Amino acid sequence: MSVETIRGRSLLGLEDLSRSAVLEVLDTAETFVEVHSRAVKKVPALRGRVVASLFYEESTRTRLSFETAAKRLSADVLSLAVASSSVKKGESLRDTIATIDALGIDAVVMRHADSGAAQAVSRYVPHVRVINAGDGLHQHPTQGLLDAFTLRQALAERAGLEGPASGAALFEGLNVLIVGDIRHSRVARSDVAVYTTLGATVRLAAPGTLLPPGVASWPVEVVEDLDAALAEADVVCLLRLQRERGSGTFVPGLAEFTRTHGLTLERHARLKETAFVMHPGPMIRGVEIDSAVADAPNTLVERQVANGVPVRMAVLYLTIAGLAREAA
Amino acid sequence: MRIVVRGGEVVGPDGPVRADLGVEDGRIVVVGPDLEAPRDAQVVDASGCWVGPGLVDLHTHLREPGHEEAETIESGARAAARGGYSAVVAMPNTEPALDTAAMVAFVQARGRGACVEVAVAGAITQGRRGELLAPMAEMAALGVRLFTDDGRGVEDPLVLRRAMEYARGLGVRLAEHCEDERLCADGVMHEGALSGRLGLVGRPALAEELMVARDVELARLTGCALHVMHLSSARALAIVTAARAEGLPVTAEVTPHHLTLDETAVEGYDPTFKVHPPLRPRRDVDALVAALRAGSIDAVATDHAPHAPETKDRTFDEAPPGMLGLEHAAALTLEALGGVDAPGAAVAFFERLSRRPARIAGLEVADARSGLGAHGGALVIGEDANLVVFDPRRRWRARREDLASRARNTPYHGRDLTGRARALLVGGRVVLDGEALT
Repeated sequence: MSVETIRGRSLLGLEDLSRSAVLEVLDTAETFVEVHSRAVKKVPALRGRVVASLFYEESTRTRLSFETAAKRLSADVLSLAVASSSVKKGESLRDTIATIDALGIDAVVMRHADSGAAQAVSRYVPHVRVINAGDGLHQHPTQGLLDAFTLRQALAERAGLEGPASGAALFEGLNVLIVGDIRHSRVARSDVAVYTTLGATVRLAAPGTLLPPGVASWPVEVVEDLDAALAEADVVCLLRLQRERGSGTFVPGLAEFTRTHGLTLERHARLKETAFVMHPGPMIRGVEIDSAVADAPNTLVERQVANGVPVRMAVLYLTIAGLAREAA
Repeated sequence: MRIVVRGGEVVGPDGPVRADLGVEDGRIVVVGPDLEAPRDAQVVDASGCWVGPGLVDLHTHLREPGHEEAETIESGARAAARGGYSAVVAMPNTEPALDTAAMVAFVQARGRGACVEVAVAGAITQGRRGELLAPMAEMAALGVRLFTDDGRGVEDPLVLRRAMEYARGLGVRLAEHCEDERLCADGVMHEGALSGRLGLVGRPALAEELMVARDVELARLTGCALHVMHLSSARALAIVTAARAEGLPVTAEVTPHHLTLDETAVEGYDPTFKVHPPLRPRRDVDALVAALRAGSIDAVATDHAPHAPETKDRTFDEAPPGMLGLEHAAALTLEALGGVDAPGAAVAFFERLSRRPARIAGLEVADARSGLGAHGGALVIGEDANLVVFDPRRRWRARREDLASRARNTPYHGRDLTGRARALLVGGRVVLDGEALT
């Protein structure tokens, strides 16, 4: 069941990844951070390789981040604009993939509104590496990995540690609190998987309607008293209310959601001085997070965005370059 | 005597007896040991086999008219013959729906050219929209005995109450797809820990249970005969069992897939396993199997639901629900009953697959209005010769390439099965011999 490395494999979710598989991605990403500070922000690691980017759902951050990552690795990027393609004319997912595959690709980065769509693609083209960039309510593995990477970086810095392999042990016993629309969040599912794999304790807080069915079987603790949980948390991860997935009918209103589960200034004051605040974006200021909290020094939101590139470079490199040993 | 079925065990309602069976002019004319066959008679080899009444499927989607790319009455009938069925009840959720006498007459006419008998279930409401009653009396005058809006249930309790009061006066039965669609909230699999993990929206068992409870109470109020289709939840089963114990006119069916597959089948997001009601957890499957063996579920019905590949091969959310069943149901039922050596297996097999479904569908006597013969008989002299020769020990592997159905959406591809129809007589004519259609 447990996957020991993502080298040469598709990345569909984080539930099956072992601790060492996760750390391999984080450590590889660390080596790519440095590329960003070069004058020529490019390494030849994936020269001659072709990465297709196939986004069936709107995205700014993730798409740009993946395409930037692929280009920094010198891969060629085939970017399909679904909205203006034959998909709009009724072409099936299987045929679209077959068409792209016929052009000769090594990997496809795929986002889709339906859970399991990345699995379907990996069934259709088993010889192509499929990197799930978010499927329905299911998983968003690179977001989970970049969240873990960002948190490890922040924890290591504070502990005064240096170097790629630093800080993994800092997750042991770390108290991570995820707040908001967990039911409709693929990020929450990936975050829970990666943080628990790394040894953190994960707690969830949400209105009853926004907890996923069967949450009792998750390796987490569901907390009723958000204020008490905030005081104990080392990290708070906030999630947007996903109104496009019908969350609007799960709570009486945004104002009430803010009152019960928003990270207001008042709640922010309850946090430990050392606690970090994270958000995968897009943030809706004034709903799940107060505007001043979003800009507070202990939020890692901008670092999460910046780290998207090296983490996705690591994922592309490991999945495509496979068992080749040398990094950039 | 034109046909002699030789060497088998004739399975009457009380048990199997070693006997041969002679057929002439569409009827059983002699039953006895070691019959002499006239020189020009056709001999059907039944050695090592059960000879029983042809199977009757209460729940077949033939897709014609409207979706002939998925199945036609002719191709569906061939699939049924391969499965050992002498009669199927065609569901009315075609396009357009079977909600008028003219539509019923169309399917009946097409059915007369098919290799098994095709009974028609009429819609309860016009266009299956759940609003206005369909002309049930006009359809009943053509011999329709079962009405359903299957694909969905009648959601509005007032409409169902009126339908039941009306149907009771006609002496017909209403069959319900019990799932409250509001509670299902566009879900695609069983709601529970697995749906939460897979990120698929769930259809709670509660949606089935509330609707079964409501329908049972309406049957109590109106006295109308109610048939609960494709029971899938243990709690819904308990409600039905309690209603039957009280003597209410309630019958129930279960599908082969709800008896043999559980929710874990959808883990790979393969839409082949998407079906409504959804595949449930193992504890529900176990309860259904126990009830089937105990006899508190009347019938196994296939809910044979063909879909063309371009329709079914989509993401799990987009794909339509439904799976094939006719060609594998008999073997899977035998498996659920505990296999050929389970005590009483032969009698139970024909009870659940032929005799009780024939009574529920009103097919136990011939009907001149529909032109259909009698099915699910006791195998005595004078009966219509609708017979199956079933080899309960035959081992084979289900393969989608081998299907007679036009569609390929079987969830059993690659599964090893035991038990298969060797021959089938419909109206005294051999339509399947040596497992091959004639």
